[in-house]
Amino acid sequence: MGGPEIERLIELLARLPGLGPRSARRAALHLMKRREALLEPLADAMTTAARAIQVCSVCGNLDSRDPCGLCADGKRDASVVCVVEDVADLWAIERSGAFRGRYHVLGGVLSALDGTGPDDLRIASLVARVRGPGDAPGEVREVVIATNATVEGQTTAHYIADRLAGTGVAITRLAHGVPVGGELDYLDDGTLSAALRARRAV
Amino acid sequence: MPAQPLPIPGGPAKLALVRLSLSDFRCYRRLRLECGPEPVVLTGANGAGKTNLLEAVSFLAPGRGLRRASLAEPDRRHGPADDGRSGEPGGSWAVAAVLATPSGPLAIGTGREAGTERRAVRIDGVPRSGQKDLAERLSVVWLTPEMDRIFVEAPKSRRRLLDRLVYGFHPEHAAALSAYEHCQRERTRLLGEGVRDDAWLGALEDGMARHGIAVAAARRVTVERLDRSARAGWPQFPRATLALTGDVDRWLEAMPAVDAEERLRGGLKAARDGDAALGKAQLGPHRSDLAVRETTRGLAASEGSTGEQKALLLSIVLAHARALAAERGLPPILLLDEVAAHLDRSRRAALFDALHDLGCQAWLTGTDEEVFGGLAGRARFFRVFDATVTPR
Ligand SMILES: Nc1ncnc2c1ncn2[C@@H]1O[C@H](COP(=O)(O)OP(=O)(O)OP(=O)(O)O)[C@@H](O)[C@H]1O
Ligand SMILES: [Mg+2]
Ligand SMILES: [Zn+2]
Repeated sequence: MGGPEIERLIELLARLPGLGPRSARRAALHLMKRREALLEPLADAMTTAARAIQVCSVCGNLDSRDPCGLCADGKRDASVVCVVEDVADLWAIERSGAFRGRYHVLGGVLSALDGTGPDDLRIASLVARVRGPGDAPGEVREVVIATNATVEGQTTAHYIADRLAGTGVAITRLAHGVPVGGELDYLDDGTLSAALRARRAV
Repeated sequence: MPAQPLPIPGGPAKLALVRLSLSDFRCYRRLRLECGPEPVVLTGANGAGKTNLLEAVSFLAPGRGLRRASLAEPDRRHGPADDGRSGEPGGSWAVAAVLATPSGPLAIGTGREAGTERRAVRIDGVPRSGQKDLAERLSVVWLTPEMDRIFVEAPKSRRRLLDRLVYGFHPEHAAALSAYEHCQRERTRLLGEGVRDDAWLGALEDGMARHGIAVAAARRVTVERLDRSARAGWPQFPRATLALTGDVDRWLEAMPAVDAEERLRGGLKAARDGDAALGKAQLGPHRSDLAVRETTRGLAASEGSTGEQKALLLSIVLAHARALAAERGLPPILLLDEVAAHLDRSRRAALFDALHDLGCQAWLTGTDEEVFGGLAGRARFFRVFDATVTPR
């Protein structure tokens, strides 16, 4: 069946979330049948993305610029920082359109069993960002902790609140009408913006 | 002449499985079973597939089912085991059920979804992440031969039974319990690795305190309910007096829950060194025990004869069914694996009458059909033979 090139394509596609070997074969075939309309443009888009996309050194977002578009946008409120687990959560909140501040992407949650500790997450850079340079108070006034309502998400939130205690910034949490085990990415925009508006102090 | 039990407020309520479909579940490749609201009796030889059927039903409730199986364990194995192993794995298992409820039919599907580490649950076709959704809709309680020694075993099996009884009243109990256990495991791991990050340990101890006290409080009110219900129960069964023993349970007797939470948080923090040395937490609801006495004689349950212990256990489960029927209008589905054969004739008759009064759909198994004579006309009988099930 096919050559090694096709096998390789299928094997790589099968590693994508939501695709198993079977759907990967179907996707590969689909791409090859639409060489000009799909396969080549996709290959180009991937090459470009692979070259251009970087992790924002300020917030951890993914963008072709560093600092990212959100960090560079002067119209956004730099005094409020929303802390999320993952870029997917940032996207979810942006989709809801309910938040006009800045973000900080942790890159995961604390999990002793998975071997993920504070040093594996962007926590030190968050604390530095909130403290501001030198002795001068930073421009951050409020940190909204928007980790997921899972046990790990809550532990991480508690940890961050503890680390930021004494910095003088207000620390708030999403008002969780968010179900336990619920992940931000799965919430509808209405629920998410309501949770953001009704955030409460911890 | 024994006194009659009090009627159940609101009359017998109905929650019943009316259709059960299995695929690649244990010895069953495919099975479709239609039943009514009345009790179901499954008889057949050893190894025919009776307990497997009850296990399938037990997956309609939160948890790992009545065998506490790992996720892939129920996958049907087949093929000759000529290389000494237990045969080739089949597809991933699935159990689908249609239930009759007071508010109309309800479809529940569950099984192992290939590629995920979790049991998938669908209710009326919609995927659900939390098992709380299951507990909100129905309660399933079981008695198996493995539970015969529950009163003499370590506290763990009694806690497990109690927690299952709690689910019926507090659907969020399963989530609270697993959140508690998660934080506990994480903390034990950190302490074991010598990580003394105060903020991290503090965050985990906070989780243990919040979820742990919620767990203990739900157990406490459930024990009170069971006690009340047992008092109005069936006179042919021994009556059980229940009590929770454990530090957190004592705190909840003496102080508001928020104070108990604070105390657990502080206690855990103070015990870090000792817990690190022991490799486990010494404080918390995972240390509680359910103490059971036979009310009339005041004897500890473990001092009763084998048959008496079984009857006492059954009376707890019936008290629970009665309380659930009265309070939520939904009796549990009872899975009684090889229970009837071990009761004397009069208790057996009392059990059948109790099931009838409760309007409970009980699933009863046994090797001999004669034992279930008292249910003739009041139950649906099936014969299980070599992984096929036929109505009698
Ligand atoms: N994953 C599996 N795949 C295939 N068969 C299995 C699997 N797990 C168990 N079995 C088999 O299913 C058969 C029926 O088991 P089950 O426990 O339901 O019997 P039973 O009717 O309750 O018998 P008993 O009267 O002895 O309790 C057994 O032969 C058992 O080995
Ligand atoms: Mg059996
Ligand atoms: Zn950025």
